[in-house]
Amino acid sequence: MTALMLEGILLTIITAATPLLFAAIGELVTERSGVLNLGVEGMMAMGAVIGFAVAHTTGSFGLGILGAIVAGMTMAALFGVVTLIFVANQVASGLALTLFGLGLSGLIGDAFVGVPGAGLARISIPVLSDLPVVGLLFRLDPLTYLAIAITIAVSWFMFRMRGGLVLRAVGDSHSSAHALGYNVIRVRFMAVLFGGACSGLAGAYLSLVYTPQWTQAMTAGRGWIALALVVFATWLPRRVLVGALLFGGVSILQLHAQALGVGVPSQFLSALPYLTTIVVLVIISRNRALVRANTPAALGQSFVPDR
Amino acid sequence: MRIELVRRGERSAAMAYLSPLLALLLTLIGGALIVVVWRVVAADLSSPDSGGLAGALGKGCSDYGKFLYVFFIEPLTAMWSLEDLVAKATPIILVAIGLSLCYLSNTWNIGAEGQIAVGAIAGSFLPIFFPEAQGPFILPAMLILGMLGGMAYAAIPALLKIRFGTNEILTSLMLVYVAQLFLDWLARGPWRNPAGHNFPDSRPFDGDQLLPTLFGTNIRISILFVLVAAFAAWFLMRWTRTGFQIRVLGQAPRAGAFAGFSQNKMVLLTFLISGALAGLAGISEVAGPIGQLRTTVSPGYGFTAIIVAFLGRLNPIGAIFAGFLLALSYLGGEGAQIALGMSDQTTRVFQGMLLFFVLACDSFIFYRLQIVRRPVTQTQAVAS
Repeated sequence: MTALMLEGILLTIITAATPLLFAAIGELVTERSGVLNLGVEGMMAMGAVIGFAVAHTTGSFGLGILGAIVAGMTMAALFGVVTLIFVANQVASGLALTLFGLGLSGLIGDAFVGVPGAGLARISIPVLSDLPVVGLLFRLDPLTYLAIAITIAVSWFMFRMRGGLVLRAVGDSHSSAHALGYNVIRVRFMAVLFGGACSGLAGAYLSLVYTPQWTQAMTAGRGWIALALVVFATWLPRRVLVGALLFGGVSILQLHAQALGVGVPSQFLSALPYLTTIVVLVIISRNRALVRANTPAALGQSFVPDR
Repeated sequence: MRIELVRRGERSAAMAYLSPLLALLLTLIGGALIVVVWRVVAADLSSPDSGGLAGALGKGCSDYGKFLYVFFIEPLTAMWSLEDLVAKATPIILVAIGLSLCYLSNTWNIGAEGQIAVGAIAGSFLPIFFPEAQGPFILPAMLILGMLGGMAYAAIPALLKIRFGTNEILTSLMLVYVAQLFLDWLARGPWRNPAGHNFPDSRPFDGDQLLPTLFGTNIRISILFVLVAAFAAWFLMRWTRTGFQIRVLGQAPRAGAFAGFSQNKMVLLTFLISGALAGLAGISEVAGPIGQLRTTVSPGYGFTAIIVAFLGRLNPIGAIFAGFLLALSYLGGEGAQIALGMSDQTTRVFQGMLLFFVLACDSFIFYRLQIVRRPVTQTQAVAS
């Protein structure tokens, strides 16, 4: 295996990790506020189709991204209204969001099946990108840089800023946060919207950069893997980065194994990312102390303020 | 002025029955919006001089009238489509009954779609390896194997949850993808019909390997499984100690724990029951309407059943009514595809929207809306 090939594989792993990173960091913020939104898959699908549709009809990549963010946030707002204002069960509402998003994206995307997309040029940072191995880190596409920047920003916000403290307080004990005078519903709604925006971005990355085209159900369970990633990361942003690379790595390596034609049926290799997710979840949840230390204590609980 | 949710003094019995109907009504309104917008957008894109926006709106509205007819009425006007309705409702209701028990105990099995696939695989083992096997025992053996298969597959997330505390929502969902890929491999590879001209199907089942039909129609006896399962689940929840435990652990886990009820036992039990029913649904599909093992055995019945469980108020009898409505949405979606050229995804949009509205309307059972005229509440003043 030549150095060039290895570099190519590493690059594709980073590309595969980017949508997972977007979706997982968004969901992490949502869950830190105490809301479990299982609709990531649906929001991603909507982001993917709206991003592609807008970019294709306007010819502008930037507008496509913006459209995807708006689409993800609209879906998230729907979820927010149902779970935060109408205090519906979060698990069931998240499933509804996924079913609805997958269906609606299919309906909208009907006109765009088979339309080729444009793709996105990578940004090469002059001198640094010519470095031997680490050079490839300076030759990524702008959205990957954005995903990394968001991850760092979220980490900073959550543990170094007052707003992050409020977010965590709301997620750990909504009654206490409410008693201190914080508007629990408003904080949670904003966290849900942030999650939606990130999921929209993740979807747009899939349909505009990763495989520049729209296909039915192209998210292929990535939204669910992103949800698992949040557990894997034990709700810590920096670990999401590691997890995304790990899951991106598994999905890319199994693709390469399929291409090389190792003696295993392709379906078994395709099942690897899902099996890995299960195994990793088991390993993480075995360490109950580690999980309990960071799990938002009020995760999934509805809040109705006493008036 | 703003609108607030205020807790009712006690649970509203009227809303418990009205909320599914209210949800259905809201879904129809949402559906109208989608059809009209779809028509307007499609008209603007294809022909700019089609009477302008007003013309497109009018066309959208008349299309929605047509859509309602095609979606809800037409499938009920012919005998063959009524039979098809029963055939589609059967697996959906079977799965939904099991899921209702799960969700009542606050356990989240969302992988029924995978348990359907494994049930189909486990039950198909017999006719594929013993193609000549006939007689009165072959079908019951297939059905039992199917149930055991679904049960075993559902036991995986349940045991992982009990032993390691692993989130059952994520594991059960991941296992759906794994089961579907495994089924795909079997149907294309080792279990493919050697005489089948390379189609990715198993050999067709025949004779006693198929579920018999009733009264000279196309309705198979699996509809009786639905009735038995619904009655058994109703009896379990209404008249047994186990049903009481399921309910208590679902509504007040701490109270259940103090009463000495085992959360773990209930997780396993509800997963096994729902897995068995999903497996039964799976084998009933391949030994029924499909008649052989294929790369896919269910067009999302396992997910539709989640909606049915909630629409039926997590009640086995309610699941029967809700199941027929959702089965209708499958037929209606096909009709809308043929008559109006809408995407086959219409069904899923309708289903997703319905679940949303059901969940939102359910909060009216315990809460009511109140219009508040106070300018600023005390807590808001402190926060800002």
